[in-house]
Parts: sequence; C-alpha cells; structure tokens
Amino acid sequence: MKKTILMLFLFSASLLFSQDIFFEAVDNPNDDGCAIQLRWDASNISSTKMNIERKDDGGEASLVQKVDKAEGEYMDGEDIKPSIEYVYCFSAWDENDQLIEKVESVVFAKAQWFNSEKISLLILALIITAAILFFIYSAKSGKELYIRKIAGLESIDESVGRATEMGRPILFIPGILDLDDMQTIAGLTILGKVAHKAAEYDAEIIVPVCRSMVLSTAKEVVKEAYLKAGRPDAYNPDSVFYLTDDQFGYVAGVDGIIMREKPAANFLMGAFYAESLILAETGFASGAIQTAGTAMPSQLPFFVVACDYTLIGEELFAASAYLSKEPNQLGSLKGQDLGKALFVILLAIGIVLEISGVHFLKDFLTVY
Amino acid sequence: MKRKIPLLITFLVGVIIIISEFIPHKPFGQISGELEKWYLIIAGFAIILGQLSLFKVNLFKIRHRQKNWQFFILTLLSFILMVSIGIFWGTENHPGIFGNGETISNTIGTKPFDYLFDNVYQNLQATMFSLLAFFIASAAYRAFIARTLESSLLLVAAILVMLGNTSLGSALTGWLPESLKFLHLPRISEFIMKYPTTAGQRAIMIGAAFGIIGSSLRIILGIERSYLGGK
Repeated sequence: MKKTILMLFLFSASLLFSQDIFFEAVDNPNDDGCAIQLRWDASNISSTKMNIERKDDGGEASLVQKVDKAEGEYMDGEDIKPSIEYVYCFSAWDENDQLIEKVESVVFAKAQWFNSEKISLLILALIITAAILFFIYSAKSGKELYIRKIAGLESIDESVGRATEMGRPILFIPGILDLDDMQTIAGLTILGKVAHKAAEYDAEIIVPVCRSMVLSTAKEVVKEAYLKAGRPDAYNPDSVFYLTDDQFGYVAGVDGIIMREKPAANFLMGAFYAESLILAETGFASGAIQTAGTAMPSQLPFFVVACDYTLIGEELFAASAYLSKEPNQLGSLKGQDLGKALFVILLAIGIVLEISGVHFLKDFLTVY
Repeated sequence: MKRKIPLLITFLVGVIIIISEFIPHKPFGQISGELEKWYLIIAGFAIILGQLSLFKVNLFKIRHRQKNWQFFILTLLSFILMVSIGIFWGTENHPGIFGNGETISNTIGTKPFDYLFDNVYQNLQATMFSLLAFFIASAAYRAFIARTLESSLLLVAAILVMLGNTSLGSALTGWLPESLKFLHLPRISEFIMKYPTTAGQRAIMIGAAFGIIGSSLRIILGIERSYLGGK
C-alpha cells in the first residue's frame, strides 16, 4: 500500500515538474460565484502565440483571452455561473504554429455567504451601532446627556423671527442632490423644523428644489409641519416648487428669487457643489441672515466666509436630533461621539504601528 | 397604519441593504443594484411631478401678473420649445417622431435640439459658472481681513498658497540655496495643501461619516421620522 502511494506521489511529482507552463484557474473569493481567477507563468518556454480557452460544462471550447505576456493573471467574469464545472485550457504555440504545450485546469465558481475581506468593516460597524443603540436606550431610561451648543441651530428661531419682523420670506434650499443622498434627507429634516417655526410665527417660506423626488418629499414635510403647528390653513402648496435639474439653471433661478423676493433668512442645507458660493454670496449681497450646512469639505470654506452660521459636516446630521430635544435622538449623538473617540484611538495606534514598521492594523482595516 | 407601513418598509430595506454589503451570495449581492433600479424608475415618474409644478407655479405668476411676470412666460416658452423640438426631430443619436429633420439639420449644421443645446444652453451655463470667479474674489476679500489671530493665519496661508501656485512664487524664492529649499514657495504651498488641508478635510469627512451612520440608524430604527413629515 505504502509503495503504491509513493509511486503515485512520484508519478504526480514527475508530471508536475515536467510541465514548462504553470497555469491555474481558481474561484474568485468573496463574490457571488460569477468570476474565475486565471494565473499563468510561461516564462520557461519560447512561444509566439498563447491563449486561454474555456469549456462550459462539457460544451464547446471558447476563447477567453489571447495572452501576450509570459506571466500574468486575468479575471474571467463573462457568463460564469456558480456551481458549474469549467475547464480552462492554456495553450502555447511556437513560430511554426506547432503546439508546444497545453495545460488544463478544472474549477467550480462558488458563491460565498460572507465577504471575509469586510470583516474589519463589520466589526467596526457592530461596535459603533452597539454604542449608538446603548446611548439611545440609556437616554430613554432617563439618563441626562450633555450635548454642546450648535450656534447654527440655535439661530433658527432668530432667523425666522427676523423674517417675521421684517415681513419678508424665508428661503430654504435643500441642496442640489436627490433623495438618495443623506445630506438631502438631513436638509429635509431641518426644513420640517424651520417650516414649523415659520407656521408658528406666520412667516412665509419659499422652497425651490432641483429634484422631482425632493419636491414631493419637501411638500409633505412642509405640509405636515404646518399641520403640527395647528396652521393647516396657512400652508401654501406652491411655496415648495421645482425649478430645474440643471445645476447652474437652478442657481440662476434661486439667485433671481433672492434678488426679487429679498428673503430675510436663507437656509442652505444639503449637498452643494460649485454653486454654493454663488448662492451664498448673492444671499449676502441681499442682506439676508444666512445659515448653511453641508458635509462637502470643499464647499465649507465658501459657506464659512459668506454665511452667518455654518453647520460643518456632522452638525448637519445632528441637527434633527438636536432640534427635536428627544432623549432617544440625542442618545444617538453620544453614540457617534464614542465612535469618533474609537476612531481617534485607532488612528493613533495605527500611526505608531506604521512608524514602527508593523503593518498588521493597516492590513486588517483595509477593505479592497 | 399610515405611518407604520412606511416605517416597516424603511426598516426592512435598511436592514437588507446593510446585510447585502457583507453577503455576496444571491439574492443579497444583487439587491442593492436592483433597488437602485427601482429608485430610478420612481425618479423617472417623479420628473412629471416636477414639470407639472414648474408649469403650475409659472402659470400662476403670469395669470396674477406678479412682479416681472414676463420672465415666467420666457421660462415656459423655452421649456415648450426644447421639449417640442426634442420630440419632433430627436437628439444627436435618437430620431424624433418626424425623423431626423434632415432639411433643418442641413441648414443649421446640426439637429435643432443640439443646436440650441450647444449654442444657447451651454453658453448660459458657462455664464453662470463664470460668475463664480467674481464671487470668489469678493468672498476672499472679506475672509482675508486680518482681524484676529485666526484670520491673520488664514491670510498668511492663503498668500503662501496663492504665490506658490504662480510663477512669481518660484521666481521670488528660486535663488534660495539647496539647504533652504524647504522655504521655496511652491514647496510651502504644496506642504499646506498636502498635510494641514488634507488633515482638516479628512477630519470633517470622518465626522460626517459618523453623522451619516447615526442618521441612518435613527431612520432605520424609526426614531427619526421627520422625513415622513411627522415627529
């Protein structure tokens, strides 16, 4: 028995070492079973033509890739289905078109139930989620939480009050992106609070939007705010209206409104690009009190310069919780702070480890 | 019930999307892409709502002869014109209901829709964008007044970056010996942009990312409901 195994081993080894071409086809890890990785090394032979073919489940062979490098890899993702046997053939020919060698590799593509490359992401997400949930429930149980004052949000009453006193409207711009952007949703939650105050103070609010989906949501938000304030009669459905999807067309429209209507208070809350400064400077020129908020780092300096108050990054997302004063919402802000503290610690450790030449943490946290 | 069903949908969709990030196996791997397609379909229908709103608001202003009502006529005429010629003669690669409008195309050199797009719309857009240069100048003038220590630092940093990005910056410090090359203005400018600015921007981005996680959790768990119009 032992002798047979030894013979088999020697035979396999001789076969392996007799091959001048290394070729393997393996399942692409961490995917839905729709890709195969191919690797080859034909640097030991002198070939003028090489190619890789694929046979699907005993069917006809089809060309996958013409190979022009002696060593390399290729990802085959065309019509690959999970749990089906694929036979890949690597063939090499000489200058006389004589086949030098042909190597086959059999492979099954597998669909994975967990992407192991994202394990660090999962662990961090679970820690942050647990921290947020812990603080939400501890706030619910009556524990008092300290939240620092955010001047931009404290100023909402002042801005709406100013507009009421001056008898001029309030202009609210919920950014230029659609509802699939979190900044727009954050902007709309602030719109609810501003519209509620406007309804209470009997001030006019104008909300020009540049996305149709945002239009229908903003209309509902403003309508509900007026209902909640007990002023459904004061709600004007035309106060929320669509201008255009085009970035600079929208800017032209809003600038026109600012110059014609001369709103006393402008709110710019959401995602902004190059139009941020055009809007904010026009508002500044009209003499309005301006509050802006965005998480676009490149636009924040413009808002800081041209607006009276600016919500920087996370403050925009904290606005809804901050203004609602509900303990469970405020709890989530505390959870976020804990997440940030964890991040700072990880960054500090990471810097020290990288300087020391230990790359474990960086490799663990890198998601490809 | 009117509130509970949207909250339940939000919860289920939110949880599925989070799970699908970690599970590549079918059907989870495809869910995110499929939901994006649903979103695009809904957004397509919502465009009609936007156009109706545009018409309604502008017609109201024209009917009631509000201030500058003539401008609103121009808006509606431009809208009708672009939609009509797009439907009749199509756009660059798509024919309209009257075909490709060869006669008109031969006269003006291109399809009428593309002609207006290239010669009117693009120019108007560029005009609006070019205003930015003047607004940057006026905003910078206000920002760079040295009133406090912070604003003075901002002013110094801005001057260094601006000079470092011009040929004047190179000329002013080009004579410095090799041992003092770190004082070369383009290098200082590059340093400011590469390290302090990037660090500040990343800090904001990390904070915003946590804000997004917190907001998403509040929405998924139904704690934050103001996007539905209610408490």
